[in-house]
Amino acid sequence: MVNTEKHATGASAIDHSMTDKTAATKSTLDKAALITRLREIVAADALLYDEEDLRPYECDALSAYCKLPMIVVLPGTIEEVQAIMRLCYQHHVPVIARGAGTGLSGGATPIGGDVVLSLAKFMSILNIDPLARTAVVQPGVRNLAISQAVAQHRLYYAPDPSSQIACTIGGNVAENSGGVHCLKYGLTVHNVRKVKIVMMDGELLTLGGDALDSSGYDLLALINGSEGMLGVVVEVTVKLIPMPDRAQVVLAAFDDVEKAGIAVGEVISAGIIPGGLEMMDKLATQAAEDFVQVGYPTDAEAILLCELDGTNEEVSEQILIVREIMKQCGATKTRTACDEAEREAFWKGRKAAFPAVGRLAPDYYCMDGTIPRKHLPYVLRRMGELSIEYDLRVANVFHAGDGNLHPLILYDANTPGELKRTEAFGGKILELCIEVGGTITGEHGVGIEKLDQMHLQFSNEELTQFHAVKHAFDPAGLLNPGKAVPTPKRCSEYRQLPAQNKNRPSQNRCEHL
Amino acid sequence: MNQNLSKQLQQQVLSAIEANQPLQIQGGSSKNFLGRAANATPLEVSGHRGIISYDPVELVITARAGTPLRKLEQILADAGQMLPFEPPHFGLNATLGGTIACGLSGPSRSFCGSARDYVLGVKLINGRGEILNFGGQVMKNVAGYDCSRLMAGAMGTLGLLLEISLKVLPRQAAEITLVNKTSLPQALETMNHWAGKSLPLNAACYDGENLYLRLSGAKTAVKSAHQLIGYKLYGNGNPFWQTVKEHQHPFFQSKLPLWRLSLPAGMADINIPGTWFIDWCGAQRWLLSDSAPELVRKQTQASGGHATLFRRGPVDCETFQLPADGIMQLHRRLKQAFDPAGIFNPGRLYAGL
Repeated sequence: MVNTEKHATGASAIDHSMTDKTAATKSTLDKAALITRLREIVAADALLYDEEDLRPYECDALSAYCKLPMIVVLPGTIEEVQAIMRLCYQHHVPVIARGAGTGLSGGATPIGGDVVLSLAKFMSILNIDPLARTAVVQPGVRNLAISQAVAQHRLYYAPDPSSQIACTIGGNVAENSGGVHCLKYGLTVHNVRKVKIVMMDGELLTLGGDALDSSGYDLLALINGSEGMLGVVVEVTVKLIPMPDRAQVVLAAFDDVEKAGIAVGEVISAGIIPGGLEMMDKLATQAAEDFVQVGYPTDAEAILLCELDGTNEEVSEQILIVREIMKQCGATKTRTACDEAEREAFWKGRKAAFPAVGRLAPDYYCMDGTIPRKHLPYVLRRMGELSIEYDLRVANVFHAGDGNLHPLILYDANTPGELKRTEAFGGKILELCIEVGGTITGEHGVGIEKLDQMHLQFSNEELTQFHAVKHAFDPAGLLNPGKAVPTPKRCSEYRQLPAQNKNRPSQNRCEHL
Repeated sequence: MNQNLSKQLQQQVLSAIEANQPLQIQGGSSKNFLGRAANATPLEVSGHRGIISYDPVELVITARAGTPLRKLEQILADAGQMLPFEPPHFGLNATLGGTIACGLSGPSRSFCGSARDYVLGVKLINGRGEILNFGGQVMKNVAGYDCSRLMAGAMGTLGLLLEISLKVLPRQAAEITLVNKTSLPQALETMNHWAGKSLPLNAACYDGENLYLRLSGAKTAVKSAHQLIGYKLYGNGNPFWQTVKEHQHPFFQSKLPLWRLSLPAGMADINIPGTWFIDWCGAQRWLLSDSAPELVRKQTQASGGHATLFRRGPVDCETFQLPADGIMQLHRRLKQAFDPAGIFNPGRLYAGL
């Protein structure tokens, strides 16, 4: 979701009064007393509590929902984090960990009456081991900074979410972030070796290890994508992989989205796993071209970007095969980047697609469903119909290789009712993803944004199992409460709603915040 | 014969909960040797078998847990695909469910990822007798906690797996094995040196005398990598890696306890008496030794790894290394969360779990 200040005060600001009350009544320390106690742990300048100072922390990149936290604390050491957690645990104060605040689903949105624990000071790269191909970093290190720091060894960290310039590795672990190279190189969970976490009661635990596996349950798998609800990530050991000798990108234009979809399947059927395989529809392509002028064919209904990487020879071999496949599948035009500058230009348009689309309307709403690729034509057709029904334009940017869709719904938050309509449309798209056997979120997380759709994807028993997992890590329920997993009560209420009221971010939404 | 026994299995689990009668989950019994003995009533699941969906273009296969692993691999091979983590079978009757429950991976692991890395989703029966779905059939899915990957290596102690969806990949066009006589320290250094380069390297092991490197990829890439590395071509590559994976290599023919040490890849030789076979670029080391288990565990832990008493261990000894207290506490709480009555495979992973 685009970060425009105006949403914050727009029609969407939700009523959290209930949450405030809940948190406040349980907490055994008032704000002033808590500040006094926190001052014993951190320096005065590591503590924010005036409204003006708290304002930047009122939301993450899901800026339609805002709530001021009670206090923001910025510890500088693991010991400080532990002491803060212990204090909050003893006094029943909810804690929300925060990295760079680039999350798109409201995972770091405060709930009021809470302490936001910012990991912004944890910015050091602690160790790089080129032979073992690992780096040990603090959670506030930016995703891209890792790759930059290890580039001298011709290594890099593979997951590359669009926000990689700003987003931090701690947040990446919390969200199990993806990017454009997931099909070949995996998600965060596949690229992290070891994580140190601080539990809600202040205990420091190490999950995973310096070997490739650890004994017992795979707690490392569980912590990835747990949306900051099981523990606070305070150190991460990432796996590094060799930079490919060469990466080359083919751009193919199609006069029909369906043909582009078929071409994706044909590339994979030929036994080729591209480093990146991205699709953009006409609206997204035009917006990107207007924004960065990289020579995208703006008359195409869809374009594909297919990046091949590896040794020089295999890239040469695969480029020829991919070009041939694109032609056979009816590409109206194919272009192979002739040098690194052109390759970067091809990607520049794709990477700028969100802000580019953002210029087409005052606001946009970014969705994140994943579907089995074969259903792409049907899903795109239905989305077109829904676009007419809801009278809102939608641009499509698609991680075609792994089936992760990012429809961008264009709207204007200042038009009364338009955000609600947008969210209803978005909800329909997520339901569509579930209908074809996919998921409501591929890489952005559930946060507060998709709580209602969780009811559709999971049964009460499954949600209860999730709560049991949460309880195993955080019995008091103080760590990022109310995110990611709705209560079964909320589910049954949601399922009983008349169809026209579903997906509306009504007061229902704040019930769990 | 393909059949869906979900309902019957659920009924059996419910009855067991009712009667407070713990169950020992039995697939193909190929990995009975691994882990502690679960003293409980056997629950036969190998009849619950069959491929549920497989569309090679989607790179995903979903099958029932009792599906024979070799059958599943054959179906993938027919479509030019494979399980990239190269799971060991350890017997003709290995099932998909047992493969995931044990979480074992073959020689390609250090380059291609582990069994858990390829799990996309599971359907299971938890210890309340509920049939639950986690994850799904798509590559990217972050809805809810990742309970499906948690099942990999849990030794069946968190639930009874019914169905598993895995990511699969195309088989590579060319594959060769290179061999070079060298010392252990040199082998460790060399393996990890090449692993840090952009090469189609896919397995690296050392048998005490020779270093073996497997290259797997596009024909041209394999050829140029061979030229760069320069070692001798090893003619019997395929059967060699098969014997390493299945423990049929002469090294494994011994009466001594077999240890599996999981270590940081580049870690120098560690001081435990016995004979060694190094796999996974040094990250998985097999040790034949009758040294005291405490010594093996202590030394391994000091080197940043953990040791599993894989075969022929003393009966009363823990198989898997006990984690730190705080982590063990989490194990107990998670067991409680999934299987509150302790119905599934009690004690198979750790005593009392």
